[in-house]
Amino acid sequence: MSKIHVSTTVNGDETEFLCDPRETLLDVLRDRLALTGAKEGCGTGDCGACSVTMDDRLVCSCLVLGAEAEGKSINTVEGIAQGEKLDPLQEKFIEYAALQCGICTPGILMATKALLAKNPDPTETEVRYWLAGNLCRCTGYDKIIRAVMDTAADLRKAS
Amino acid sequence: MKYHSPESFEDACAIAANASGTTRFLAGGTDVLVQLRADIVTPDDLIDVKKIAGVSEVAKSDDGWTIGIAVSGAEMSEHAGLHDEWPGIVEAMDLIGSTQIQGRATLVGNLCNASPAADSVPAMIAAGATVSVTGPSGIRNVAVEDIPTAPGQTSLAKDEVVSAVHLPRQVTNGGDAYLRFIPRTEMDIAVVGCGVNLVVEGDIITQARVSLGAVAPTALLVEEAAQAIIGTNLDDAALDKLAGAASAACNPINDKRGTIKFRTHVAGVLARRTAKIAYERARAA
Repeated sequence: MSKIHVSTTVNGDETEFLCDPRETLLDVLRDRLALTGAKEGCGTGDCGACSVTMDDRLVCSCLVLGAEAEGKSINTVEGIAQGEKLDPLQEKFIEYAALQCGICTPGILMATKALLAKNPDPTETEVRYWLAGNLCRCTGYDKIIRAVMDTAADLRKAS
Repeated sequence: MKYHSPESFEDACAIAANASGTTRFLAGGTDVLVQLRADIVTPDDLIDVKKIAGVSEVAKSDDGWTIGIAVSGAEMSEHAGLHDEWPGIVEAMDLIGSTQIQGRATLVGNLCNASPAADSVPAMIAAGATVSVTGPSGIRNVAVEDIPTAPGQTSLAKDEVVSAVHLPRQVTNGGDAYLRFIPRTEMDIAVVGCGVNLVVEGDIITQARVSLGAVAPTALLVEEAAQAIIGTNLDDAALDKLAGAASAACNPINDKRGTIKFRTHVAGVLARRTAKIAYERARAA
């Protein structure tokens, strides 16, 4: 089967790849671009472990075809730290131990970044609804929510 | 599977017309790609319609709104003008799935997936929405309620594609609303959905459309429910009659999310609550 040639931008870097028409953006990120931060949980858009942004819009990369990335700007969890310096949200997740097995964490970080870019002062209810599509099977939700609320407060103070 | 990304609806139709196997149109992909991943439907030809000019735009004119077929739920929610005029439709769309799903899911995808429980469909029917359908002989305009014919089935021919959604302008003193019942607070499929759009003169309802979802093989436009409240000020007697008409229109299934008896009862309850919200919005308009 002939492969599709795709030109896209991933974490600010122009990237090209060849993919099968059936391959998802998640497959491409993990298997062709060696960006294994986004995880496959359910593969059907229910769990959010594969969350990335495409043109600044939060999506499940398992429900985007690789071919659809043509001309788009994709951001993944690998892009949120500045070199060795973690993003304030990542620091806060460590401080609060807001992860156990860590499978859901990249998706939750990407979803939270998207929320705080849109709404720097969310209520706890808003955070819980926004993250309703990110499932944590270790059920560590309380620490996650507290880490998000505290990060938002810090970012507001800093700005 | 062949992936196509045509730049016009005419080209999209031509690809579909010439396809020999299973064809699917791809907009947000939140149903099509789930079915692909789960090996429920593997299209031979997948036609991505997002490269067609104008599909991501929301346009308002004196005649009404035109919503591009690739406009996502998130984009609708962020469109202040659209929400101000048709809050019921925007809120119905916003109920579908998570933040991630909202980034991709579309009105037309929700319509053409043809689930009886599609949240945006009763809201669109109540509003009197229509869609443009492009086919080999041109464009025809079809009422939303005439698109789904059965669960997973639509009235579209193989070589036809929905090319735009049209909403009328909401009239002065008009208001719409949509409510659904699910067993939890988020991320579930409607057990019953109800859309109401009505117009008032003073306290009296002069026009109304009531639509129910998830209580029959397709979303219903319930004329008897509308007649129950037209000419009234939505007093208790009118609400009782409305609830009775809504329940009487139900032809639901039993499944794990709700029994026939439960769905039939809830349809009446939701019709009351939805009508009250639409009525308050119309009176405040």
